[in-house]
Amino acid sequence: MNDDQDSPSTGQSTLPAASEITAAPAAFGKYRAPTRAAFGLTSPVETSSVHLTINGQPREFHLAPWTTLLDALRLYAGLMGTKKGCDHGQCGACTVLVNGTRINSCLTLAVMQQGQQITTIEGLGTATSLSALQQAFIDHDAFQCGYCTPGQICSAQGLLYEGKAHTEDEIREQMSGNLCRCGAYVNILAAVKEVVDAQTA
Amino acid sequence: MHPFSYSSVNDAAAAVREQATHSHSTFIAGGTNLLDLMKENVARPAHLIGLNQLPLAFVEDTPEGGLRLGALATNANTAYHPEVEKRYPLLSQAILSGATAQLRNMATNGGNLMQRTRCYYFYDLTTPCNKREPGSGCSALGGFNRIHAILGASEQCIATHPSDMCVALTALDALVCVQGPQGERVLPFADFHRLPGSTPHQDNNLKPGELITALELPKQGFAQHYHYLKIRDRASYAFALVSIAAVLELDGDTITEARVALGGVAHKPWRERAAEELLIGQPTTEATFTKAASYLLRGARGYGHNDFKIELAKRGIVRALQQAAAEPRGPRALPWA
Repeated sequence: MNDDQDSPSTGQSTLPAASEITAAPAAFGKYRAPTRAAFGLTSPVETSSVHLTINGQPREFHLAPWTTLLDALRLYAGLMGTKKGCDHGQCGACTVLVNGTRINSCLTLAVMQQGQQITTIEGLGTATSLSALQQAFIDHDAFQCGYCTPGQICSAQGLLYEGKAHTEDEIREQMSGNLCRCGAYVNILAAVKEVVDAQTA
Repeated sequence: MHPFSYSSVNDAAAAVREQATHSHSTFIAGGTNLLDLMKENVARPAHLIGLNQLPLAFVEDTPEGGLRLGALATNANTAYHPEVEKRYPLLSQAILSGATAQLRNMATNGGNLMQRTRCYYFYDLTTPCNKREPGSGCSALGGFNRIHAILGASEQCIATHPSDMCVALTALDALVCVQGPQGERVLPFADFHRLPGSTPHQDNNLKPGELITALELPKQGFAQHYHYLKIRDRASYAFALVSIAAVLELDGDTITEARVALGGVAHKPWRERAAEELLIGQPTTEATFTKAASYLLRGARGYGHNDFKIELAKRGIVRALQQAAAEPRGPRALPWA
């Protein structure tokens, strides 16, 4: 398989021709979104135009109705920072902010978020300009494998905006929607507490 | 997910009309339970009607001195609303004891009533379930039933309703405002959900095409003496094994009014006025509360793994009433308090 071959017209690739992809082409790397054939569908999938402002940038997508916000972000916007963990709202790895409010992006459809402002981990800081939470997670060694981290940080950012958690117990309770299989909870708590304290000082 | 089409509407009348034009259509608001069920193929609607544009996210006073909670107000915005915190702290406490911050930010008040049971067999397409597939049988009866009902169950279904919010709404005598093809009507909260009987596939008494538009709280909010006690397997983000919403009005140490509603024990929030009447005129003692607890659980039946819930519920009721009777707690309502 030749990774450099982006076009299916060589006859070697099993990828569909671009014209067959009615559910919107994936803009990211070599990934191809599943075609209607993959669902056993014979008629074209009806897509609709979905406008999202992602990390301050207005974007338009043509999406099948069953595309979750999470899949829209990862597969169509090419933003891989947001993670798919359980895909059922149980783990919090997919947490993003919609108009500043934290939600599970796996449990909402992209079409339901028409016109909304979405902030992902990529929108909170950059490698050269980390957000306070990102820096605190590094300072406190608040992760091991890192898979839950974008969700943890987006969730903690939402917690800061909400302003309901001040004590350690309150932070634990308000962060209970984010699981960490490495068990870095003690350090995650310390990182979040540090930023909460700094903001309320 | 099974493929489906989607449309968005701008008002309740349009939503009701839209539902009539699509077969196998379902309303979607927060979507936190519905999309989960669709991913599991338990729910397979052919069409979704998006409600998020409807102007139903309000929390507003009623002329009678109560509060109207819009069906699309999120659970979080409801629980943290200053008027709810001040006048109906039981409701705040119950909502905040459920789910997670992210889910409460998405989930709506109407959707909270419409969520389905979390019975494992209901979610498992490989097992019989009368709620999912009428007539196929109940796998929980002879299966793992630790989380299942001890009151009001039937040979067809022993599932429980999973909501915390609804337990508080039951205790507060809320009303459910709905709009449908035949117009608007109002249901007392106790008449909204159903016991399973021989029709466990019907969770509630909504008629086809009806949409919840608001919940109405009467003036009396029991803001002085209230407690929502939730007993679960872990300290946060777990459904109740047993939960108790208890509110009291006191004259000194004498009970003048009492409400007790139970969650996690039946197909709907469980409440019996006769048990509450046992408390009226009585002192706020353990003996008084135990009498009411025994009465409420007199018809309870365990199915093996959930036998422990009967004693747990009795003790929980006593504890919740003791907490409610204690010093006025003020408006701050934290789920772990």
